[in-house]
Amino acid sequence: MSSEPTTNPVPNFDEGPSDRTLAIICSKGNLDMAYPGLILANAALGEGVEVHMFFTFWGFDMITKKRMADLKFTMLGNTATHMPQGLGGLPGMTAMATTMMRKQIASIDVPTVPEMLEQIVASGGHLWACQMSADMMHLSKDDLYDAVEAIINASTFIEMTGGAQLLFI
Amino acid sequence: MPTASINGRPVQVDAEGFLTQYDEWDEDLARVLAAQIGIELSEEHWKAIHFLRADFKAQGETATLRRITTIGGIPTKELFELFPKKPAKKMAYIAGLPKPRGCV
Repeated sequence: MSSEPTTNPVPNFDEGPSDRTLAIICSKGNLDMAYPGLILANAALGEGVEVHMFFTFWGFDMITKKRMADLKFTMLGNTATHMPQGLGGLPGMTAMATTMMRKQIASIDVPTVPEMLEQIVASGGHLWACQMSADMMHLSKDDLYDAVEAIINASTFIEMTGGAQLLFI
Repeated sequence: MPTASINGRPVQVDAEGFLTQYDEWDEDLARVLAAQIGIELSEEHWKAIHFLRADFKAQGETATLRRITTIGGIPTKELFELFPKKPAKKMAYIAGLPKPRGCV
């Protein structure tokens, strides 16, 4: 510890490439697999990084109005719960595990999936829906979260995120 | 922990320049800190800074953007306009607080 006044350090908030872009492809519709993309998108936006999220296949549930607030968590096939796999198949177990996970998430003040999306959009993030998934599930723009900018095909997303860093979840 | 001389008086800062002593902060100092990162403080800026100061005193932790929006009542979009690019860190710096620890 020095007592001599030294020069005045000022944080460099503009360091790093200013045109950094992150593309996140969300392909899962489980409650536990929805959060990684949402948390990372939110963190990147807070660091001044441009963010584009592409929702595809099961990830479509994250932006489908009817389902986005009702994502589920199951113990089945997930050895990280360290519970006997047979238990996960009993009636009511998925509902119970989902309720428990929701409580755990809320207890650390992490918002729900729709609220996370709202914050991402308010922070300047872009949401895109996959054309093929929309066709497969017979969904149109009206069925999707209002802030989704458009339903686009994979090549359009790849084109618009040229040079971006990419995460597939 | 370095001692910096800001606005003609010595203050304790960390290696990046964030103040480390809550009570060494005052509004004049905040104006200097803000100017150093290219921000001129308006009424709207002060509302956020004052919320952060009060909330830190009560909670012992720097509020995240979400907390400033849900508890402090300032829309996230507005925070990005007031403190461009890295609002949470810029606000903490001007408010003389550590960077927020929370993820959301």
